[in-house]
Amino acid sequence: MITTKDVEHIGWLARLKMEEEQLEGYADQLNSVLDYFGQLDEVDTREVEPTYHVLEMNNVFRDDKITDCLTRDEAIGNAPKTQDGYFKAPRII
Amino acid sequence: MITVSQTLENVRDSSAKEVVSQCIERIEASKFNTFITVAKESAPEAAKKSKNIKGSLAGVPIAIKDNISTKGIRTTCASGILGGYVPPYDAHVIERLKEAGAVIVGKVNMDEFAMGTSTETSHYGPTLNPWDIKRVPGGSSGGSAATVAAGEVPLALGSDTGGSVRCPASFCGVVGLKPTYGVISRYGLISYANSLEQIGPIASNVADMTHLFNVVAGHDPRDSTSVPGEKDYTNALVDDVEGLTIGVPKEYFGEGIDQAVEKSVRDSVHRLEDLGASWQEVEMPHTKYALAAYYVIAMSEASSNLARFDGMRYGLRLEKDHDWHTTYSEIRSQGFGEEVKRRILLGTYALSAGYMDKYYLKALKVRTLIKQDFERALKSTDVLIAPTMPTPAFKLGEKISDPLTLYMADVNTVPVNLSGVPSVSLPCGFSNGLPIGLQIMGKHFDEETIIRTAYTFEQNTEFHTKAPEVA
Repeated sequence: MITTKDVEHIGWLARLKMEEEQLEGYADQLNSVLDYFGQLDEVDTREVEPTYHVLEMNNVFRDDKITDCLTRDEAIGNAPKTQDGYFKAPRII
Repeated sequence: MITVSQTLENVRDSSAKEVVSQCIERIEASKFNTFITVAKESAPEAAKKSKNIKGSLAGVPIAIKDNISTKGIRTTCASGILGGYVPPYDAHVIERLKEAGAVIVGKVNMDEFAMGTSTETSHYGPTLNPWDIKRVPGGSSGGSAATVAAGEVPLALGSDTGGSVRCPASFCGVVGLKPTYGVISRYGLISYANSLEQIGPIASNVADMTHLFNVVAGHDPRDSTSVPGEKDYTNALVDDVEGLTIGVPKEYFGEGIDQAVEKSVRDSVHRLEDLGASWQEVEMPHTKYALAAYYVIAMSEASSNLARFDGMRYGLRLEKDHDWHTTYSEIRSQGFGEEVKRRILLGTYALSAGYMDKYYLKALKVRTLIKQDFERALKSTDVLIAPTMPTPAFKLGEKISDPLTLYMADVNTVPVNLSGVPSVSLPCGFSNGLPIGLQIMGKHFDEETIIRTAYTFEQNTEFHTKAPEVA
C-alpha cells in the first residue's frame, strides 16, 4: 500500500512538488494501478531473460568525425534565462 | 476525405500555393480542434519552393503530430511545459518529407506527451471525433487521424508507443501504420517510451499511407536503433492474397469486446478467405499480461525521458528562482498535466530501490514471453488479424476520470509495441455510424505482407469510401 507519505517521497524523487490536497487522490490512483500490475506475479519467469530491446542490435558505432552542429545562439535560443551566452541555472548549493 | 493523387492533380492544375492556402482555410474553419499550431507563414513559402522539387509528394500538405520536431515551427507535445518551444532542427522524418516536396501545414493535437488514448489530456483541449463530436478521436495521435478523417489534409504523421497511431485511425475511420521498431528514425521525436515507440503514417487509404511510409522510412545514423537498408514499399500495393495464411488470436476477442466489432472483424477475415487466403485460430497465451507489462515499461521509461524538462534549456521557467531542487520541482509541477505526473510518479516508483525487480525487471521478462507468443503464432501464419480497439469511439469524458479504465482500452494494441512487430489499422465496418478498425499484424520487417493484405481488403470492400459529414 502506498501512503500519502510515500507519494510525497516519490514526488520528491521525481522532482514534482506535490500539493497537500492532491496526495490522497494520487495515493488511491497509484494503489489501484499498482494493484493491477500485481497480476504480473502470476507469470512464471524463473527461466526467462528480460527483453530490453526488441532488435538484436548491439554496439552501434559511428566514425569519430566532426560534423555540423547547432551554433551557440541556436542552442541557447529557447532558454528562458541566459547570461553571457550560457544557460542560467538556479544556485545548486 | 482527400487523396494524394487528387491533391497532386490539384497542384498540377492550379498550384501548390493555391492547394496549401485552401488547406489552411479548411484547418482554420475546423470544428474539431485538430491543430495546435498552423504554419501560416512557412507553409505558403514551402509550397512556392516545392515547384522546383521533383519528389513524390511535391506540393502535398501534411499535418505533423506535435511531438515531432519541426525547425522554426513551435512544437509543444500538447504540454504546458513546452508552450513556447521552437525547435532549432528538423526531425529525420521532416527532412525526408521536405526532400520529397511535402508541405508542413502545421502541428496537430495529441495527448500530452503522447500519454493517453483519447486526446483528452492535451493542454490545448480535446480534439473531437469528426464522425460524432460528442466522442473522442482516439489517442494519442487524435489530431493526426481526425484532420485526415475531416478532409482537412490528405496525410499526417503520428507516433505509436502503445497504439497511438492505430487507435485514432480505428476511431476516425482512416488508415494508420505502426512500423517495425527501427524502420523509421526517431531522431527528433520527443521521447515518451523510447524502446516502444515508432513514428507512423496516417492517410485516408492504404496506397496513400504506403506512399508516405515510403518517404519517411529508412536508415538514419543519428538514431542508434535505426535499421540499415532502404525498400520500396509501394511494390507491396498488390491486390492478391492467394495462398496467404491468416492467424486469428482468440485472446484478442476477450472480455469487453463490442459485438459489432467482433462481427466486422470476423466478416473481414471471411472476406479475405473468399479472396484466396486461409485462416486458422492461434493462441497467444500471454496477451492478458501485456497491458500491465506495457504500462510498467512505458511509465518507467517516461520517468527517465521526462527528467530533461527542467526549464533550463527550454520550456517553462518561473519568474523567481529558489534553490535548484525547489525550482526544478515547481516548474515541473506547474508545467505537467495530471496524467503525465501520474505516469512519472508510477515510473519513478517502479524504478526505485527495492521495487525495480518486482515491477520493471518482471515486466521486461513478461515482454520476452509476449514476443515469443508472436514468434510462435507467426511461424505457421503470414499475418495476424484482430480488432484494433475492442469498441468504437467512446464518449468524451466517459473514461478520463478513471486512469485504469482508460488504460484497459489499449488491450489489443500494446502487445505489438512490446514485441516490435509492424501493424496496420484500416476501416472494416461501422457500428451506429462509428468506424471500426481492422488490425493486421506481421513479422518483424515484413511490412510488405501486411500492406498487401490491407490493400487487397480495401480494393475489395467499400468501407474506405465513407467519410464523415463535416460541413
